[in-house]
Amino acid sequence: MNMVLPQKTPDVRVEKIIKLAVMAVGGQGGGVLTGWIEAMARAEGYVCQATSVAGVAQRTGATIYYVEMAPKGALDPVFALAPAAGDVDVLIAAEMMEVGRAVMRGFVTPDRTTLIGSTHRALAVSEKMAPGDGIADADEVRAAAEIAAQNLILEDMEGLAVGAGSVISASLFGALAGSGALPFRREAYENAIRAGGKGVEPSLRAFAVGFDAAQGKLQQTAPAAAEKEAAPFQLVGPEALQAEWTALVSRADRLPEPVHDLALAGLAKVVNFQDCAYGALYLDRLDTVLARDSAARDWRLSAEAAKYIANAMAYDDIIRVADLKTRAPRFTHIRQEMRAGDANLMQLTEYFHPRAEEIAGLMPARLGARVEASDKWMARLNRWFDKGRRLRTDRLPAFLMLHFLGGLKGYRLKTHRHAIEVAHLDNWLGRCLDEVDADYALAVELVKCRRLIKGYSDTHARGLGKFDKVVDAADLLRGREDAADWVARLREAALQDADGEALDGAIATVRSFV
Amino acid sequence: MAERSFKAEVEHLRKGDGDVFTGEGILAITKALLENGVGYVGGYQGAPISHLMDVLADAEELMGELGVRFEANASEAAAAAMLAASVHYPIRGAVTFKGPVGVNVASDALANLSSSGVTGGALVIVGEDYGEGSSIMQERSHGFAMKSQFWMLDPRPNLPCITKAVKDGFELSEASNTPVMLMVRIRSCHVTGSFETKDNQRPPLTVAEAAANPRSDFNRVVLPPMSYLHEKDKIENRWPAAEKFIRDNKLNEVFGPEKAPLGIVVQGGMYNSVIRALQRLGLADIHGETDVPLYVLNVTYPLLKDEFDNFCAGKEHVLVVEEGQPDHIEQQLGSYLYKLERKVKLHGKDVLPMAGEYTGQVLLDGVTGFLKIAAPEMLPGAVRAPNAEAPAIPDLTDTVPIRPPGFCTGCPERPIFAAMKLTEQELGKHQITGDIGCHLFGVLPPFEIGGSTMGYGLGPASNAAFDGGGDKRVISILGDGGFWHNGLSTSIGNMVFNKSDSVAVIVDNYYSAATGGQDVMSSRAHNDTKSTNNPISKALKGVGVEWVRQIDRTYDVGKLREVLREALTTDYKGPKVIVASSECMLNKQRREKPLRNKAIKEGRRMEVPRFGVDADVCTGDHACIRLSGCPSLSLKRLDDPLRDDPVAHIDQTCVGCGNCGEVADTAVLCPSFYQADVVHNPTRFERWRADKTAQIIRWLQDRRDAKRLRSEGVTT
Repeated sequence: MNMVLPQKTPDVRVEKIIKLAVMAVGGQGGGVLTGWIEAMARAEGYVCQATSVAGVAQRTGATIYYVEMAPKGALDPVFALAPAAGDVDVLIAAEMMEVGRAVMRGFVTPDRTTLIGSTHRALAVSEKMAPGDGIADADEVRAAAEIAAQNLILEDMEGLAVGAGSVISASLFGALAGSGALPFRREAYENAIRAGGKGVEPSLRAFAVGFDAAQGKLQQTAPAAAEKEAAPFQLVGPEALQAEWTALVSRADRLPEPVHDLALAGLAKVVNFQDCAYGALYLDRLDTVLARDSAARDWRLSAEAAKYIANAMAYDDIIRVADLKTRAPRFTHIRQEMRAGDANLMQLTEYFHPRAEEIAGLMPARLGARVEASDKWMARLNRWFDKGRRLRTDRLPAFLMLHFLGGLKGYRLKTHRHAIEVAHLDNWLGRCLDEVDADYALAVELVKCRRLIKGYSDTHARGLGKFDKVVDAADLLRGREDAADWVARLREAALQDADGEALDGAIATVRSFV
Repeated sequence: MAERSFKAEVEHLRKGDGDVFTGEGILAITKALLENGVGYVGGYQGAPISHLMDVLADAEELMGELGVRFEANASEAAAAAMLAASVHYPIRGAVTFKGPVGVNVASDALANLSSSGVTGGALVIVGEDYGEGSSIMQERSHGFAMKSQFWMLDPRPNLPCITKAVKDGFELSEASNTPVMLMVRIRSCHVTGSFETKDNQRPPLTVAEAAANPRSDFNRVVLPPMSYLHEKDKIENRWPAAEKFIRDNKLNEVFGPEKAPLGIVVQGGMYNSVIRALQRLGLADIHGETDVPLYVLNVTYPLLKDEFDNFCAGKEHVLVVEEGQPDHIEQQLGSYLYKLERKVKLHGKDVLPMAGEYTGQVLLDGVTGFLKIAAPEMLPGAVRAPNAEAPAIPDLTDTVPIRPPGFCTGCPERPIFAAMKLTEQELGKHQITGDIGCHLFGVLPPFEIGGSTMGYGLGPASNAAFDGGGDKRVISILGDGGFWHNGLSTSIGNMVFNKSDSVAVIVDNYYSAATGGQDVMSSRAHNDTKSTNNPISKALKGVGVEWVRQIDRTYDVGKLREVLREALTTDYKGPKVIVASSECMLNKQRREKPLRNKAIKEGRRMEVPRFGVDADVCTGDHACIRLSGCPSLSLKRLDDPLRDDPVAHIDQTCVGCGNCGEVADTAVLCPSFYQADVVHNPTRFERWRADKTAQIIRWLQDRRDAKRLRSEGVTT
């Protein structure tokens, strides 16, 4: 028999407890932000409790701070020590995937949560490791946040803070003020920063932009957008050569629309790599693909070919690297990147490690081939060259050497490396074109497999190995309706891990049914 | 010097009668120790009580004034052993470490101490590392109290209650001649709040005074037949005395209506979470005034049979909220009820999960489940018959990547694991054991080096089965913290004695880095009160290791790989130990950055290094990242339709440690990396030379540019 206890009306004061969680990546200064919030709440006549988890869990890992506050009364409220799903009023996430984690953990709910998030990314190791593009999809997080949050403020708080010469905790604190989620005036926030006493001025500047961002009053950064619109495929140079370039561009301009943009980008890349004659050769190669393609197919094959033929023709040899490393705009760019002012000097050290293969590649084609075939010579070359070299390109000796190497363009087309690249390109393109009539989609996918070849030395060799595996698997799949799909799948698998385990697994699957 | 300084906060420890202290839980505990006339303190760092050690270290001056001795003990065992001072002398002592791994290490001394019994109050403050944020295996410290018969306090997690528990703990310990463990959970350690302070008390008898007037009594020594008497004394005298003290002083609390058909028994530490669940169900008000009677166990061991029976009187259902497993408390209470032939129904792990942290949601569900059985009419309508569908929020499980902790930017341990990874690529995979410390991050991607951790300082010991050698030597990892904690004897001594043919890598970062940068014996910094600068390699030689290789710059990946190769392939049979030393970057930056900024301001010449990647040269294969994982080495998507994959990019947080360049060189990756040293306040000659060089370079560049077509900028 139950003794019946009457159900009471819930205490309305419980609803007055403000529950705020900060989710950050260790090292982002979540503790500073929490400290400000806490100090402000107390100064404004609130009782406040904060908790955090310190220690090794914070070393670059996801971490969480939690604050509860309520107006001060005669008795102290009982606060919880950790956020509970469905019971958080304000959630501050200091990085885009932490926004996602907050939503995932149920800390963001449509009935109550103001979500303040920074859209910038601090990539997790798993995202960075993949040989392909493993970056998590921020749009999915944004879409989920839009559904989950009652109020949503998403801005690049990191960028705003750095722009103001401060750190993200300050811009997030500003956004918290601007969101109006807490019952405090702007001055109360600013007083908390001042009372903190460290880096007050920059913090207040970042606070102000964060505040504006939350209120939607952020000045649009127009210049950045304008920069992007500048034609990226323009080449500059002496007038005499400009005529040749214009002729090439107008030749590219006549290409079908789906191919045009990529072809122009490709053209700029190969001419930048070598010269206009090489650019004409690029367009010739592209023409052989176009001849086998049609508008009915939307020129898909040619569009992909425009991209990958350019990449294949502008291979990474010593000459290219030396040229890129000694160009004038690079020096200016690095100075800006390093924020070196006029009062500073900048020393620049390049990390090179040539191997026998690179040296042999630089030799005339026949000699290079002979040397590469000789173990004795390769061993000898390795003995002479195979070691790390730190080159100070801000000094003359190293600069002159690289400048000389970068100027070997006239000789490049006679090198062993060039011969290898041409043979590989012809073989690959030929194989792709062989498929066109029987299976157009497969041909397109085979063209795209060129993406697997990248990197230098061992990485390059592994990429080539994967490329060969996928292309060979295509032979097994030939004639099947899903051949193109499978090649696409194999390519994606090849990009998942460095050692090709996913690819080998996928190929085993293919072998199991062909 | 520890990562976080409490110098400013320590001043609050001087507050006296009627002042209000506002701050973190650990500071409050320190203050309470001083208010209660503690005579000596010590401990071993480890989350969540690392900061307690840091506070004590920073408060050494104040403690000196009061005649309180502070020891940064070599291990938890050393800390617990120090409590021996309270066996014969009426001196209050307190030590702190983490639970349960610290308690594991301390258990030998704790068991002996419990057998001897104490005269002065002996308090063990344990940071219970259970649930989110914990870095160790999930276990409870409770079992130790049960097996050794010492008492366990688990106070409500707010500053007044935690500080009261310090006082209660000392008094309970003295009243029952038994050590007392004061348990604080992860978040209680760092919870902020206020409490009213009292004057600090000088210990009535200081350790110095006691040592000047030594005492001994063989009856307190753990030797037969005295040890048999101790065992009986525990049950016949100490336990009843403890029960009496707990009952008389009302250490446990009862809240809510006196008469009700149901009630909840809760560990003090879980009180706030239970109240929150009740608040959300409309059954408690903001101050914790509850409709459901609560029996709050601020003392979770021993449990008082009669007190509990009184609480159960007139109730039909009682819920036990006890975090973790085994359910020691629930079992004991169930046994009481059974023996008393009570009809009340006992709930606990039937409505709450047996294992894992009791989060807000878990407790809300558990309490709701209990009320559905015990008193459904108390539940709010919405819980009994939910009518509003919650909107479906997209599942992000597959989108959001996990973010485990890892090596910091510029960490000197990263190149060690890069070298081990390269060695693995060259010589194949080896059997590798890890240890406890930041270096355990090496088992995570991208390195995945090592496959186990058996405890602090036990890395090499845990490879002992394989130490006989063979085709492939095994490798074990040990940190400098672990080395001095336990590793020197248990791991290295073990290797020497057993003529082990294996390789140990000692990661020496000058600190106990994972716990917050406390000094250890081999720290390079000068420490006023501790002896530092005792080299590890000297200790190794001292215990008979003949093959020792000292690396003084771990960033030299090539050299490390060479030494590893040598250790794995040399004809020398016997223990091979590599000591890889470079300073923890977090601490180094904290130390050097202000000095550097000051030097720049004062006009002194300074080079500030940082690394960069040429986006045009990088092909986006990310091989460098697979040998690094550095937070500052990330990816960037290029605005180039010809590029599929993002390229490597180094952001402004780079500290210029050099790992990127070294790895690119040693692993022969690519020529994309460059190091830019910005020179502040260059000399006049330097500037003149740089200007001349730049002029010549510019002339060469212009000359070439006049003869070719080129893209104008650089890819960004």
